Amino acid sequence: MDAVFVQLSLPPLVIGVCAAVACALPGNFLLLRRQAMLGDAVAHVVLPGLVLAFVVTGSLAAPVMIGGALGAALLSVALIEAVRRLGRIEPGAAMGAVFTTLFAIGVVLLEVTGASGVHLDVEHALMGNLESLIWFDATGWASLLDPAALAGLPPQLGRMAAVLFMVILVLWLLRRPLAVATFDEGFARATGQRPGLVGMILVALSAAAAVTAFEAVGAIIVIAMFTAPPAAARLLTGRLWTQVRLSALIAAISAILGYVLAGHGPLWFGIPHAVSAAGMIAVVAGIILAGAAAFGPHRRRSGAFVTS
Amino acid sequence: MNAIGRFVETPLEESPLAIRGLSAGYGGLPAVLDADVTVAPAALTAIIGPNGAGKSTLLKAVLGLIPRQAGQVTFWGMPLVQARSRIAYVPQRASVDWGFPVTVMDVALQGLHREIGLLRPIRAHHRARAQQALERVGLAELAHRQIGALSGGQQQRVFLARALAQGADLFLLDEPLAGVDAATEDAILAVLRALRDEGRTVVAVHHDLSTVAAWFDRAVLLNRRVLAEGPVGLALTARTLQGAYGGRLPAEAGGLR
Repeated sequence: MDAVFVQLSLPPLVIGVCAAVACALPGNFLLLRRQAMLGDAVAHVVLPGLVLAFVVTGSLAAPVMIGGALGAALLSVALIEAVRRLGRIEPGAAMGAVFTTLFAIGVVLLEVTGASGVHLDVEHALMGNLESLIWFDATGWASLLDPAALAGLPPQLGRMAAVLFMVILVLWLLRRPLAVATFDEGFARATGQRPGLVGMILVALSAAAAVTAFEAVGAIIVIAMFTAPPAAARLLTGRLWTQVRLSALIAAISAILGYVLAGHGPLWFGIPHAVSAAGMIAVVAGIILAGAAAFGPHRRRSGAFVTS
Repeated sequence: MNAIGRFVETPLEESPLAIRGLSAGYGGLPAVLDADVTVAPAALTAIIGPNGAGKSTLLKAVLGLIPRQAGQVTFWGMPLVQARSRIAYVPQRASVDWGFPVTVMDVALQGLHREIGLLRPIRAHHRARAQQALERVGLAELAHRQIGALSGGQQQRVFLARALAQGADLFLLDEPLAGVDAATEDAILAVLRALRDEGRTVVAVHHDLSTVAAWFDRAVLLNRRVLAEGPVGLALTARTLQGAYGGRLPAEAGGLR
C-alpha cells in the first residue's frame, strides 16, 4: 500500500501542490492590479511559443518547449504593456487583444509550418497529465532517502519545486516595493521607487510559474490557481500578507483534495473510473471561492464604504 | 505669451520649486504649455484654475510622473534626483483603490520607505514616527483600521500622514481639500499651516476660488498657461481671473477684488 502510494500518488500530489501554490502566490498581486487574466493570457500564448520552438529546433524535448513557451509568454507580457501604454486602455482589454492575436498566430503557424503533423495533444495541454507523473523507481517511503531511486523522480517535480522556491524568494525580496507599487503607483514613482520595474518582475515571475505549471499539470490548473485562491483569500481577510498566506493554503488544499476526490470520489457514487485530477482540483478551488464569496467576512464592493 | 501678473521675489536657486518653460501632457496637445512658476519658500501656494486647466498635470510633470515635452524643473536649484528625499507627494485620493487590503498604519509606514529599506525589519521607532504622523492628522485611534473602512475625508488624511512621515521640506498635494468633510478640512489646514510655520513649503492643487484667499498665501493661476503668480491678493484680480475662466467666472470669486 505504501509503495503504491509513494509510486503513484506522492509525485502528482507534490507537483500539484507546488504548481498550485506557485501560481496562487503571484496571483494575489495580479488580482489586486486587475491583471488576473494574465494566467489565461499566458496559457494561450504558449501555443505559438511551442510551435516556434519546435520549428526552430526540430525538437520536442521539455527544456526546448519550456524555453519557447517562456519566450512567448515574456513577449506577450511586453506587448500587453506596450498596448496598454500606447493605447491607454485598461490592462484586461490589452491582454485580451494580445493573447487572442498571438494564439491565432500560433494556430496559423501550426498550419503553415507543417508542425500540425506532430503530436500536439489538446487534451493534454488543457488537462495536463498529473496522474501520469509517477515514480517507477520507488519501492516505499525508504526510497525518499535512496539517491538511485530519487534520480528517477519525474523531472517536472524538480522544475516545479525550483520555480515555487523562486516565486517565494522573489516575492519575499520585493514584498515592500510590490505592496506600494500595487497600491499607489504614483506615490511609488514620485518617491523614486521603481514600480514599473517591480510590475515587470511580477509579470515575468508569473509567466515563469504559469509556463512551468502548464507543462506539468495543464492549463486548467494554471488559470484556476492564478485567480480562485487569491480571490477567495481576499474575501477572508483585509490584510495583504495574510491574504497571500491564505491563498497558498487554499491552493494546497485544492490540489490535495482535488487529487484525492478525482481518484476516489467517483467510486463513492458507484462510478468505476476516476475523473481528471486537474479538472477536480480546479473545481475544488472554485467551490472554496464560492464559499468565501457567500460567507467570507470581507465581502464588499470595490470602493464601497464598510465598517469593520 | 507671458503671464498677465507675476509677483515673484524668490531667486531660482532659493525656490523649493522653480519651473521654467514647462510643457507637458499625455502626448498630442500639451495640457500645460510653457509654464514658469517660482514657488516661494515657507508659504502655502495654491495652483488654481478651471477644470481641465492642467493643474494636476503640472504637479505630475514636475515629479516626472508624466513626460515633460519641454522645460526645466529645479528644487532648491537642484534637479529632481538630488532633491527627491526632501519632497513629499500626496496624490489625488481617487487615484488609488481604497479596497486594497492594508491598514492605516501600513500606508503611513510607506512614507518611511527610505529609512526602512527593502529587507530590514520595521522597528518600533519607525512605527512610532508613523503613529506621530497619524496623530497630527487626528487618526491615531484608527491606525489598525483597514483603509477601506474609512470615510473619504479620513482617507485623505491618511495620505497626508504618509507624506508627513516622509519628513519632507516640500509638500506637493493634488486636491487635498476636494470633497472632504469639515473636520478633515480643519485638520488638513491646521497641518498645512503648521508645516509652513516650521519653514516648510506647501503647494496644493485647489479648485475652489471662494476659499483660496482665506486658506493660501500665494496662488498660481493656470489655464494651460500660467496666467498669474504671486500673493493671492495680487495674482487673482478680476482681470487675471477673467483671463483664466473667461465667461465662466464663478460668482463667489467676486470677493477677491
